[in-house]
Amino acid sequence: MTTRLALIGLVAGVFSTVFGVGGGIVVVPLLIALAALPTHAAAATSLGAILVTATAGAVLYAVRGEVRPGYALLVGLPAVGGALLGTHLQQRLSGRALTLAFSALLAVIGVRLLAL
Amino acid sequence: MSAWAIAAGLCLGLAAGVLSGIFGVGGGILFVPTLLLLGLGQVEASATSLLAIVPTAAAGAYRQRAYGNLRARAALVVGGVSIVGAELGVQIATRIDEDLLRRAFGVLLLVVALRLALTGARPARRYPDVS
Repeated sequence: MTTRLALIGLVAGVFSTVFGVGGGIVVVPLLIALAALPTHAAAATSLGAILVTATAGAVLYAVRGEVRPGYALLVGLPAVGGALLGTHLQQRLSGRALTLAFSALLAVIGVRLLAL
Repeated sequence: MSAWAIAAGLCLGLAAGVLSGIFGVGGGILFVPTLLLLGLGQVEASATSLLAIVPTAAAGAYRQRAYGNLRARAALVVGGVSIVGAELGVQIATRIDEDLLRRAFGVLLLVVALRLALTGARPARRYPDVS
């Protein structure tokens, strides 16, 4: 299982830098397909993984002076409230509804990448 | 920063958080365009988005842990290895045609979306509800 998880991490890391989309878009479906996690657990675990990756990325950018903390606070502070609300709403969705909703999100992003 | 810009930042930040909480994504897909809209450059927007993702993902993961959904060890492995993958991604991105890669990835996402839709449409046995 650890090998599969490591593979998911590797793929997520490559995709997020090459395409500029966050790893979560890739991590959630891979955790479902390769690690056999239920959809809710896949989304939760993806958030934990993103926390690790984003922290490392933010530190690396901050060292180079590219981070604007005031702006991060402006969008990040309301996002904390939004994340608490979002996880709460997610518990009310069935696994099937969440899978379908995620599928729709992927389709939108896929079309956006093709249309650019 | 104008009052309009602050209001836009707050509203779009909130929306990014909701998206992050529901789908388990970082929210960068909304953070980055919001920061560009507020006048940041591409690199600054990506960098600042990463910093904004930290408290967002932390709040979501913390809450998900209380719901019993978070697999902490798996998250650490995936997150840790993805830092290595990011470095590899930089090497790949500088060598291969960017437009081709982007389109290929777009197609891949559509295929995965279709597969998920088909799984989601099946009886819920394989993906039991958490409730």
